This record gives sequence, C-alpha cells and structure tokens, in this order.
Amino acid sequence: MILFSAYLAVLLSFASGLLALIVNQRHLLQSLSDYSFNKLFKNQPQPQAWVNMNLEIQHFPAFLRQAVFILLGLSGLFAVIAGLAVLISNQVITDQIPLGLPWLPWHIRFDCLSGFFFLIIGIGVFAVSLYGPGYVRSYKENQHPFASLGLFTGLFVAGMLLVLLADDAFMFMIAWELMSVASYFLVAFQHEHAANRRAAFLYLLMAEVGALAIILAFGVLASFSDGFTFDALRESRLSVTWSSIAFVLALLGFGMKAGIAPIHVWLPEAHPVAPSHISALMSGVMLKVAIYGLIRFCFDLLSEVQWQWGVVLIILGTVSALAGILYAMMQPNLKRLLAYSSVENIGIIFMVLGLTMIFMATGHPQLAALGLLAALFHAFNHALFKNLLFLGAGILQHQTHELNIDMMGGLIKKMPQTSLLFLVGCMSISSLPLFNGFVSEWLAFQTALQVDVLDNGVLRSLIPVAAAALALTAALAAACFVKVFGLIFLGQPRSHHSEKAHEVQNKFMLAGPALLAGLCFFIGIFPSTIIYLINNASGQLLGQTLPNNNLLSWLWLAPVSAHQASYSPPLVLIAALIAAGICYSYFRRNPLTTVRRAETWDCGFGGLTPRMQYTSSSFTMPFRRIFEKVWIIDEQIHKDMKGAMNQDVSAVHYQLHIHDHSWPHIYSPIAQAVNDLARQVGRIQTGNIRTYLGYSFATLLILLWLIS
Amino acid sequence: MNWLIAILQGALFIILAPLLAGWLKYCKCHLQNRKAPSLLQPYRDLIKLSNKQPVVSDQASWLFITAPYLIFSATALAATVVPLVVVDLPTSASADVIVMVGFFAFARFFLALAGLDIGTAFGGMGSSREMTISSLAEPAMLMAIFTLTMTASTTNLSGAIAHVLNEGLVLRPSFVFALFALILVAVAETGRIPVDNPSTHLELTMIHEAMILEYSGRYLALIEWASQLKLMLYGVLIANIFFPWGISETLNPKDLGYGLLAILGKLALLAIFLAIAETLVAKMRLFRVQEYLSFAYLLGLLGMLSHIILEASR
Repeated sequence: MILFSAYLAVLLSFASGLLALIVNQRHLLQSLSDYSFNKLFKNQPQPQAWVNMNLEIQHFPAFLRQAVFILLGLSGLFAVIAGLAVLISNQVITDQIPLGLPWLPWHIRFDCLSGFFFLIIGIGVFAVSLYGPGYVRSYKENQHPFASLGLFTGLFVAGMLLVLLADDAFMFMIAWELMSVASYFLVAFQHEHAANRRAAFLYLLMAEVGALAIILAFGVLASFSDGFTFDALRESRLSVTWSSIAFVLALLGFGMKAGIAPIHVWLPEAHPVAPSHISALMSGVMLKVAIYGLIRFCFDLLSEVQWQWGVVLIILGTVSALAGILYAMMQPNLKRLLAYSSVENIGIIFMVLGLTMIFMATGHPQLAALGLLAALFHAFNHALFKNLLFLGAGILQHQTHELNIDMMGGLIKKMPQTSLLFLVGCMSISSLPLFNGFVSEWLAFQTALQVDVLDNGVLRSLIPVAAAALALTAALAAACFVKVFGLIFLGQPRSHHSEKAHEVQNKFMLAGPALLAGLCFFIGIFPSTIIYLINNASGQLLGQTLPNNNLLSWLWLAPVSAHQASYSPPLVLIAALIAAGICYSYFRRNPLTTVRRAETWDCGFGGLTPRMQYTSSSFTMPFRRIFEKVWIIDEQIHKDMKGAMNQDVSAVHYQLHIHDHSWPHIYSPIAQAVNDLARQVGRIQTGNIRTYLGYSFATLLILLWLIS
Repeated sequence: MNWLIAILQGALFIILAPLLAGWLKYCKCHLQNRKAPSLLQPYRDLIKLSNKQPVVSDQASWLFITAPYLIFSATALAATVVPLVVVDLPTSASADVIVMVGFFAFARFFLALAGLDIGTAFGGMGSSREMTISSLAEPAMLMAIFTLTMTASTTNLSGAIAHVLNEGLVLRPSFVFALFALILVAVAETGRIPVDNPSTHLELTMIHEAMILEYSGRYLALIEWASQLKLMLYGVLIANIFFPWGISETLNPKDLGYGLLAILGKLALLAIFLAIAETLVAKMRLFRVQEYLSFAYLLGLLGMLSHIILEASR
C-alpha cells in the first residue's frame, strides 16, 4: 500500500508530463470527445457541455495548464503520503519491477531515508503545483511552449522520485540522468538569450561530469562485489584506500550536483534563468536529492566510515558556507543571490554530515544520530524556506518584471501578503528563534559542542573552529536577508515598475508560498514532529536513535539530555506573546497618544528622493571592504567633466562587478587545458584520406596482434 | 514557585535597566568634570517619551510601528533567560544560551529593518553598519560562550553558572580569554565607545542612533529601554558567568537579598570600569572596528582552544 502510493506519485508525475504534450492536439481531442459522446455516452448533455467548453480555443490552454498542475500536485500529495507512511511505520519495503533488460530487473527499495526525502520532494512539488498555473500563464505560447515546460517538469519530478526508490546502480543512474537531463531542458526553457543557453550548457556539462564520477564510484564498489544491486554493494569489503577512492568520487559527483564550493559554479548561473517555480524545485528539492545520494552512498553502501572523510566534509562544508553567503551578499539579482545562499546551506549540511561521520567512525553512534538529525532537519528546512523564497521571487518578477534588488523598494505597501510570506522566509533562513531554521542550527551547534568526547587533538580543535565559522555564517546570512527584505519591500520604490506594482490576483500563487511559510512556522514551534520522523531514518541507517527519555517531548527539545541542553519553542512562543501583549496594551492605554503621521525628517533641506536610499551595493559596502580578498572586485568610477577648465563634474558613472575566484583559478585553466589537448589531438586529423586509411590499418594490425 | 521567581526576576531586570544607564552616566559625568543628572533621569525620560504623542513618517509601513514591540519583547525574553539573583531558573531550561543569542539576533533583525523602512540614507547607513558589526560580534560572542558551555558541558546558563560556582575559584586560562572576548563584544554590541557613541548624532559616526532616528514617543521609549536592557544583560552575563560568587542558589529570601545586593555591587563596579574606559578611549574609525572584533573573535577562539588543549579531562 505504501509502495503503491510511492509508485502512484511517480506515475502521476509522468502523466502530468505526458498530458502537457497534448496542448497542440486540441482538434484531435475535439473529434475524440465528439465521437465518444455520440457513440459511447449518449444523452449526457452536462458532461458533454463541460468537455466542449474546456476544449474551446480560449479555455483549452488554461484548462490544460490546470490539469497538468493538478496531476503534479497529486503526485506531490502521494509522495508526502508515501513518505509519511513509511516513516511512521518504520519499515523497509523492497520490490522488483521487470523493466529494462530482461535479466536486469529494476530493484526498488523504499525505506525511512527515502521516505524522508519523498516527504521533502512531495511538499515542494505540492507547493509548486499550487503556484504554477498562475505563474506560467504569463508565458507566450509561441515563444515558450507550455508543452515542453510541462513535459520536462513531469519527467524531472519523476526522475527525482525514482532516484530515491532505486536499489541498484543501474536504475539509480538512469533515474539520476532523467533528473539531470530533464532539468537541463527546464534551465534552457527561455533559450532566446545567449546567456541562458550558456548557463544551461554549463549545467549540463557539470551534471554529466558529476554523473561520470558517480558511475565510477559505483564501479569501484561493484568491482569488489558480485553485482550492481545495492544489496550486493553493501556486502562488498573494500580496503581503506579503495573505499576512500569511492568516497572521493562520490563526493565529487554528488557534491557537483549539490553545489558545494568550488564546484558550485553552475548553480548561480542556472537557477536564475529557469522559470521561478523550477528554480524553487531545483534549489529546494533537487539539491536535497544529491544530499540523499551522498548519505546513501557513504552511510549505507560503504560499510565503514572513516573519520578523515568527515574532516574533508567539514572543511568543504565550512568553505562552501562562508563563500556561499559572502557571494550571496554581493548579488543584486535576487535569484542569483538565493542560488548562492543555497550553496551556503548545502555547506552547512555537509559540515554537519562531516561531524556525523567523525562521531560514527570514532564509535559514538548516538552523537552520530544527533548529527544526522541536524543535517536532515536542515535539509528539510532549507527545502521549505528556499522554495518559499524562490516562489516569492517569482511573484516579484511576475508583478514588477524585475529581479534586480536595486530597482525594487516599498513593496510592503503594494504587496502586503507577499511581503509577509517573504518575511517569514527571510526570518527562517536567517535562523531567528521561533522559526525552523533556528532549530536546525541549534541542533548543529549542539552536535559540534559534543567534541569533548573525541580523543584526537586535531579534531578537537578543528570542530570548534568549524562551529565558529557556522556562527559567522549565520550572522552573515542575517545581514544578507536584512538587505534582501529591506531593499525589496521597505523604503520607497526605486523604479517605475515597483511603484506601479500590486498584489497578485491569483490566490493560488499565494497559497503555495503560504503553505510553506505556515510549515516554516509550525516546525519552528513543534520541531519534535519532524525529529520523530528523522529518528526512524537514523535508526535504520545508523542503527542508533536518539534517547527518547523525555515524556513531554513535543514541548521540549533535549537532544542529548535535558541536563545538557534544552529548548522549548512553544514556551518561548507563549512568553513572547505575553511580553508583546503586555507592552502593546501598556502603550495603548492612553487614547491621546495616537500616532500622528508627518513627513520624513529631511534635515531641513527638503526633497528626499528614492535615489538617496541605500542600495544593495552601498548596504554591503562595509562587508566588501572587510572581506575584500574573498571576491574579485571590479569597481570603476568614471567622471564626466565640463566647464571652462574641464574641472566641473557633470556626471559620475559607477560600475561594480563582483566575480567568483573559482573562474580564473580553477575553471579557466581547465578549459584552457582541454582546448590545448584538443589541439594536440587535432594534429592527427590531417584531413587526408590516406592517413586515415593508415590509421585503420595500424589499428587492425594492433588488434590482431593483441588477439593472437 | 520557580516560575514565579523567574518572572519576578525578569521584571526586576527590566526595571533596573534604566538605573544602570543612569549610574553609568553619573560616573561618566563625574569623570569628565561635568554635572551629573539624577540617577533617576532615565526613568523620567522613559515616562516622558511614553506619554508623548508619537510622530511617524508617512512613508512608514506596519513593520516600522510593530518593530519596537518586537525588539523590546525579544530583549526582555533574553533577559528572563539570564540568572540575575538566583541560579536555578526554569526559563534557562526552556531557552538556553544559544537561544539567547538568537533573541538578540531577532531584535537586531527588526531594528535593522526598521532603519530601512523609511527610506532615508541615515536609516540605511545605520542598518548596514549595525549588521556589519553584529555579524562580526556574534561569532565572537558565541566562541566566548562556547568556552564556558564546554567547560560546564551544558548550554543551559543556570547550569553553567552553577558549575562555575561549585568549582570554586580556579584560574582557567580559557576563562580569562573568554572574559576579555566577551567584554570586547559587549562594548561593540551595546554600542559604546570605542565602537559607537551613544551620545552623538553626528552622521559620520552614528550606528545605533542612525537606525532609530525616525522614532519618537513611545516607540523611541521602547527602543531606548531595550538598549538599556541589553547593556545590563551583557553586564550581568559578564558578572555572573565569570564572577558568580554571591548569586543565590536557593529560594530562601535571605539568600535572594544577598544575591540582589551582590549583583548590584558587581554591576555598579562594572559600570565604573566602563565609564573609565569610555573616558580614556577615543572612538575608533568605522573600518578599524573589524580589527577590534577580529581580535575579540581570536580571543574567543584562543579561549576555546586552550580549554580543549589544556583543560579538558583527557
């Protein structure tokens, strides 16, 4: 039954993709319905009228869009149901489907870890399907056909779900490629701009390099076992060297998809150019599938975890987290900023996974369970708030036709509901108390603070430094999202578009983000609901769960022991409400002191204009100066002179470009090397047919010699 | 009973905060050969402000008007977590020291947003600087606090203070580092000289004042009160973590009385030190603050490393 709903989720997403294809087949459908109503179902005027109305040329695209997204939403719903069911019942379900080659059936395994990620995907897809119909309406059919968008969205979701179900390397890779390639077409959806095509190609290139690394990683495991099923891979006994090689390959492959620094460069290119609901899925959900792959590979398939791997993950995670948020801060493009912020959050997840590995390898499974809890919880939270923020960014783009933060402003009055939802997202991602982001960060700190149990001196000093970096990351994230919310929604409008903006008419476009925002708040107050679910997953994966010694566990969060650390969000919420209520009522007691509205204080000079406000680059100027080595800063100030002696400044032109260090230092050399190599190889291609015949002859000779 | 004491203690915290600000001003005035206002002047200011009609810019949104309540509540919640006169607090269990730092972050988030809400250059400048300084100060503070919590192996502030109290007077190098780190952070976070000057409205230097420039009436009162509360909170943290002696361990009225006297004495002494420091030191350039704060961060890190290397049990 559980597996059935999981299959149903996959099938429904396929179905939604296929349904999108019939957008151009309206006439066929028309004749089909005429035929069936005339021959098969006679005398049913009401359904016939309904069908005919929907098949009319002006209603049909809207109807089809809705139908496609309803199917996608159902797929998300069934994914949630399947995930919750397997997590609550705490079981492992295996199955075989006779697909593919006759002697290689697809092996299916649905356990708590897959179930948890099913839950993440399901929530994301459901929210997106609420949001989607309103958003895609603005695309013009002849430029951006809905058929391709819908088809690849369906395939993309199905691919992600199948990755989670896979129990052999073949099926895993097929599903993985389905996910990667389908999302390539989604990134390339608005392909009329050269920059978008370039971003999509970069994404495809890196996805394929990553896939190769994953295949090699499976290959290493498979060479020590008899088969490609995960059961066989689990049984393989590798030497430390070989398992480390497999780990590095898997880290490269999954890390490239997840977007850890320095192999993150596709992320800030690809996410901004995809349609917003797709970027929400890619950033909120697809990156989590990569995390799933890494967890499955390291903790499940590799039999022994080494602590050195944990160190690698911690260092990579710390670098990604800090670099991600620092780069995010400098971006004026909202979606690029959010993409970089995903790099940061993935970095945090990697860091905590590294802690988990260290605790696991040094024989502290209970602390490892705590670390895994923090990592999975953060993955869940990130899926919620990053989805929310990307959908919010989509609404903003829809309403103001802008993604540049510096061109917005004052939208809190124009778009009150969107601004409230976006505020919840910003508060969650800045990890403020009462919201979900804080809980997972709190858990991460608690994990890092357990370093005292370790014997190794290097680890004992490394982990606190990582914790310090985590603290810095969180503080920078708060600064970054103060900038985002403050510049977009507060102040005065900085452009004509944002001055004319108004709230979205389509309520479903708000319903998707509202669902996510509600979940952010609910989980921030009652984190034990999710912790209970994750506990089952870590029980299956690590063979260890957190102690459940507290009777009032829905009220208290005490991961290690109540004596060591505890946090009770509901009590904090109650106290906060009481405190706010008291001061509100105290200051409202006197009716004479109602607010008087007046002009803003302008120092007596008069004429405050929106251009006097702080912008994105001025807000982050202190950071730019403090951390200047982190970026390649290209700042140009050009003055137009006039007057007799050419000494009066008539206009000042200011240009600021922030570049990523990884391009000139890593990617350009690689690209250069590939080009050089290709040129060397090109020398043997003389274009002369005799030379080629000579090559064939030589090859033949060598082969014959080898065979004999 | 415990909860009642916790609530009373929180209320005491809130009530005493302006007094500390008054005392600080009193000491500073005397050190600078000025005539000091009465110790109760901050109370009079707060009462005056809260009875005045607030004037709010017509550009302001709901966030601007709600923010003072949120800022004050978050700071007040942070105050209830910190043991003032008695160690054993139930509120410390519902929110540990990381949550306390989270409350500060919450208050700061809304303060910075309120600064951006009107859309003047001053507000943006203040917000930008405040977020810069705090994002450097917060990790330094967490480092200092982690040193303590790792020593006491709990992040519960009551538990940690009780641990220090039971250990007796042990000179730990890690605590010395952490103490200095926390003092530096406290100066930066409460906006005192040399990082920010609370008594100036000079646009080139102001940080905190720039964000709240548009506030008036009861909103200004709430924000002022919250910042006085924050000052006292940092004072109590320094006093009770590193010099916890005198704090009451039981709920017996006599011990509570002694605890109150002890903390008042400690805070009065700290304020004198702060006043001397503020009189002697000049305000720093804004772009030297990062050096100051990285120094604090380094001290915190050194404290933690010296705990791990020198003091941990193995």
